[in-house]
Parts: sequence; structure tokens; C-alpha cells
Amino acid sequence: MSAAVQTFTPKAFHRQAHDALGNPQIRDNFRRAMDGLMSKRRDVFSDWDLETLRELGANIRLRALAKLPDLLEQLEANCQANGIRVHWAADGDEACRIIRDICESHDARAVIKGKSMVSEEMHLNDHLEQAGIEALESDLGEYLVQLNQQTPSHIIMPAIHLNTDEISEIMHTKTGTERTRDVDYMTAAARQQLRERFMAADVGVSGVNFAVAETGTLCLVENEGNGRMTTTVPPVHIAVTGIEKVVEQLRDVPPLYALLTRSATGQHVTTYFNMISGPRKADEHDGPREVHLVLVDNGRSSIYQDDELLDTLRCIRCGACMNHCPVYTRVGGHTYGTTYPGPIGSILMPHMLGLEETKDLPTASSLCGACGEVCPVKIPIPDLLVRLRKESVGEGRGNVPGAGVKRSGKEVAAWKSFQWLATHPAAWRRSTALAGKLQALMPSSIGPWTDHRTAPKPAKASLHALVKRHRRGEGEA
Amino acid sequence: MAPVKLYPPRPEKVYLFGTCLIDMFYPEAGLDAIRLLEREGIEVIFPDDQTCCGQPAYTSGYHDEAREVARAQLGLFPDPWPIVVPSGSCGGMMRTHYPQLFAGSVDEALARDVAERVFELTEFLVHVCHLPLEDHGEPETIAMHTSCSARREMGLADTGPALLAKLGQVELVEQVRASECCGFGGTFAVRHPEVSSAMVEDKTQAIEATGAKHFVTSDCGCLMNIAGRFAHQGKDVKGEHIASYLWRRTS
Repeated sequence: MSAAVQTFTPKAFHRQAHDALGNPQIRDNFRRAMDGLMSKRRDVFSDWDLETLRELGANIRLRALAKLPDLLEQLEANCQANGIRVHWAADGDEACRIIRDICESHDARAVIKGKSMVSEEMHLNDHLEQAGIEALESDLGEYLVQLNQQTPSHIIMPAIHLNTDEISEIMHTKTGTERTRDVDYMTAAARQQLRERFMAADVGVSGVNFAVAETGTLCLVENEGNGRMTTTVPPVHIAVTGIEKVVEQLRDVPPLYALLTRSATGQHVTTYFNMISGPRKADEHDGPREVHLVLVDNGRSSIYQDDELLDTLRCIRCGACMNHCPVYTRVGGHTYGTTYPGPIGSILMPHMLGLEETKDLPTASSLCGACGEVCPVKIPIPDLLVRLRKESVGEGRGNVPGAGVKRSGKEVAAWKSFQWLATHPAAWRRSTALAGKLQALMPSSIGPWTDHRTAPKPAKASLHALVKRHRRGEGEA
Repeated sequence: MAPVKLYPPRPEKVYLFGTCLIDMFYPEAGLDAIRLLEREGIEVIFPDDQTCCGQPAYTSGYHDEAREVARAQLGLFPDPWPIVVPSGSCGGMMRTHYPQLFAGSVDEALARDVAERVFELTEFLVHVCHLPLEDHGEPETIAMHTSCSARREMGLADTGPALLAKLGQVELVEQVRASECCGFGGTFAVRHPEVSSAMVEDKTQAIEATGAKHFVTSDCGCLMNIAGRFAHQGKDVKGEHIASYLWRRTS
């Protein structure tokens, strides 16, 4: 294990990609894991009418988003009726302060956490640590990543960048377990370590997969039981979620759940599905005495204002887009330098961090369409990547932070030349050095192309010329 | 997933939009597409004023420039004949993105009319021409890379293989991860050259592992990328546009 804590930023995407591409361990870990996930997903959907199910999933999410402001108010009212205290946070910092205040009001020193990408997005652990509150991750992958002082490299499988030997070494170094390849031994050791911490925790923090407006129910999907422990053992449970996770009715949940588990891990069902509908009642013997819900905006309501970008908020966080992304598969999650990596990150993070920080993310896609093809709620991810490219170069609506940051005189001039040539057919035809001229339009030299490939040779005669000869009945091949 | 498309009866004439990559680098592929269509008794109109569909600017975010380039192509197909494009990438641009690019403008109806008449070449040969092919070539094993635009944007994963299946002496072998991108992606290959070259390296290894000494594609971007990588490695695996391959073996 590297001694120094590595930090990754979206601005250093190219350097980080270079490092990852040159790291055989990273390449192998991701390729194997993604191949496995793709094949499991394919198998588990094989006897389903997937297109109909995706259409249903998309429609449920679209309907929820269409009514989002009303549904959030309904959710708040129904949660409160169930005894859940509801808090609103405009951004990550405010959400952290709300959670810290709740912790401090209980003199909490130890927080146990279930998996929550929103808590990663707002850097909750760092914030609590600064307030002298220890936050411990209880999802096994998150636990390993935290032990190793890293961040998740995947939104569903946070430690997917690590193989068995690396995990063994981390556990040995940080917790004193034996070095082994025995996965059951390591899992049992982690379970034992965590079990004590659940019992000692003052507060449990979890995420939310679906928040049901109709009933005020918080649904939590997980496999390890740590989510159930986090939300039931400590006396206080704080659920934190983005405002887009609301669905209208309880009956909307089964189709989304079916899509989520199959798309994410290729499972028909997860081991645990928790439906949280309030704190312990007077006649109940267990469960938290207090349940809080923190609804985080953090840029989402700004995305919501734009009828195209809005589709970003359909996401149910399954990770299938990254599992199928040929770029993610090769560079891994840390290379993106953002909480959410891969295609969903590239369309979401620019709204949170601005296009100046994230300008290499929307272009880090060949637009192959694999992400859009597998998205269980049919987010048109390639179209949204192109939309953000348009914003980056200042030809969009200008409503994404950092819009226009990539607009350069040189590149604009190149595209204007392309436009001129392609709208002047006579010049296009006459231009004997056509290929050479178009190569000069590329944003940088042809160098990167020919480092790895032989450059194509411009043909002696263009198709325009060949067609003329063909019409005259001459020059046949 | 492309919407279900209803195919017209075989027309008397078609337009051919040759694409800029074919015009500059692979003109024979365009000519072979014309020959295949003409052999079916279809008159091919090649509008002389065609240049580029505008996709490079479009995917780079330069939509104002892309729109002007696209507008210059919209008027080239005045009669109601189908427009055949020997590229899933350019075909997808014209069919899917032209209507988006002109939405709300005076040219929207024209853009929709053009988009609805666009067919990728292999799609047209299979679904409209029901092309018969008589193979005169030697027995051969071949690999095919279907472009991501043809496969996903246009929903045409099967039309290229369907044509190759008509060649009696040709055995099509499928490489591992056949549906994965070759790493071209237009300006992606230039903006992210290292990631792109890692992708094309894997694609060439997969094709080479099939044992085929020859591969075809229906898109010249992928062809330039994959064949360029093989050539750079000094490997004896040759690539060709599927139109040229079909013409060569059946003429």
C-alpha cells in the first residue's frame, strides 16, 4: 500500500488517466470486475422484457420529477406525521452543519454510517472529524476505503479498485488481522470489528434509495445488514439524501427496486430492503428514538430548472453506466477525481463543481452510447455529455457554472474554418490539400494520433472525383 | 434503442451521401457502395455539393457551426428518394441529431424530412434491397467491428453480419467484447489520446485473437482507428469498409 494518501482532482484527469493506464493492477482489477458485472446484469435480465421495464422506470422517475416541489412538501408532511424530523439543506456545508448540530445536541462522539454517496458528496466525515466526532463507515467496501484513507472508486462498490491481496494487506496493517486470501476470514474479522462499533455508536447516518412521498417512508437497499444495524441500533438515526430521490407512491418502488438491483449487481433482490417509517413507538422495544431526514439540494434545483439537464436527476444510482463505460473500465473511478465517477459523474459533477474544475469530464467519452443503452431509467447520457460540451465552449444556454470556460480563440477559428469550407462546396472540391487542412482543425496536433496509430493517407482522388469518372465510364478501380 | 422503422419498397433512385472521411480517405468505399446499389438496378444520385454532415463540430459542442454545415446539406435532396449513407456515425447524425439541431427553426420540417429518409448502407441493402449476394471469393475467415453509432444510435447491430452471412465462402468470427467501442469517437481520440489508444489496443488484440487476417467495418472512423493501430504495430491484419468487401467478393 502506498504510504502517502493520494488525492485526485478532476482537473488532473489526464495525468491521473495516464497513471491508471500504466498501472497493470488497476487495469486488471477494473477489467475483471466490470466484465463480471456486465455479464451478471445481462444474465439477470435475460428473462425480462427489459425495454418495457426501463420505460416504466423512466416514466416513474419523470412523473416524480414533474411533481418534485409538491412531492417534497408531501414527503415532509408525511414524514413529520410519522415522527421523522425533516431538515432542508441548500448545499453540502449546510447539510453537514445540520448533522453536526444533531450530533452535538446528543453529545455524540461516535457516528456509525451506512453507505451514502450524498454524504461523500458533502464530505461529511471530514466535517464531523473537525468537530471531534468520529464517523465510521460500516459498509464493508466503504470501511476498507476508509481504513486505506481513500475515497470510493465506484458508487455501488467503493473498494472495487482493490483485489483480495490488497484488501488483506490493508486489514493486516490497519486492524492486525492475519495476511490471507481467505475472504470468509476477512469478512468475519471486519464483521467482528464493526459489530462492537454499532453497539457503541451514538448516532447512525444512512443514505436513502427511495423516499416515498405518499407514505413518508424511507427505503434503503443493501446487502450486508449494516444498513439495518445503522438505522436501528443507535438511539438516533439521520438519513441524508438528495432532493431528487423522492417517488410519488409506494407502488412506484417495486419496479425501481427491480431495475436497481439487477442493473447494479445483477441481483434479483438484495439481502436487505429496509423501509423506515419513523422512530421507535411507545410500545416498541427497539429502533431509534429519533429519526431525522436531511434533504440536500447542492445544485440539484439548478439542474431542475433546465428541461434538458433535468434528465440527470432521474438517476437511481445503480452504477450500470460506469460498469459498461469503456473509459471508466480502463481508467478506474479515482481518475475522475470526483465523488461520482464515470458517465453519471461526468453529467452531474459539472453542476456541483463547475465546468472549470470538470472541463475534461464531458469530453472523456467516445459517445459510444453504452451508458445510455443500459441506464435503467433511460437517461440520455450521451446527449447530456454533448450538451455540457456545448456549455463548455460557450454555445449553450449559459446556465451551468463555468459555462464558456473552454472557449478559445484558436479552436473557434478552427471550427469557423471548417464551417466555411463545408459550406462552400466548390472550395471543398477544389481543395487539393483537403485532408491536410482538416487535420489542422484538430484542437492539437496530429501527434497524439500517430503516437499509437499509422496516419491514414489522403486518397489521390476524392469520392467526388471518382464519381465523375464513374459517370463517364472511365477509371474503374 | 432506435424506434421501429418501417422500410419502403425498393425505390427507382436513391441519393448517396458519401461522408467526408470516405471522400478524403476511402473514396473507393463510396464508389463500391454506388456499384452495389447500381447492380440492383437503382439509380444513384450523388449530389456534387455535399461536404460533411457536421458531426465533428456537433460532438465538440460547436453547434452553431455544425448547424450551418448541416444546413448546407439539407437542400441537396429535393426529391423524395431515400438518402443512403455508408456510415452509421454520419447516418446517426443526420437521422437523430438534424431534427434536434433545427428544432424550432424554419428548417425544422426540412431537417425532419431529410432525417426520415436517411438509411445506413447495410440497413438499406438488407431491409430495402433484400440484397442477393453471390460469393466469388476464396474461403476466408473475417471479423467485423460494427460502429457504436450503427449498433446503438441507429439500432443496426445485425445488418452488417446479415450481409456477410450471405457470402457462402466467408465465415464471420466474433471477437470478445464485440460491442465495445474501438476508441475512435471523433475528436475523443485527439482530446483523450491515451485512453483512446488503450481502447484501440484492446480492440486490435480481440480481433487478432479470432485468427482472422481481415476485418470489415461499416464506418470509416473505426476503420481508420483500428487499421491504423494494426499498421502501427506492423501486424498483418487488414481492414476494409464492408461495401468494398461485398463488392470485391461478388463482382
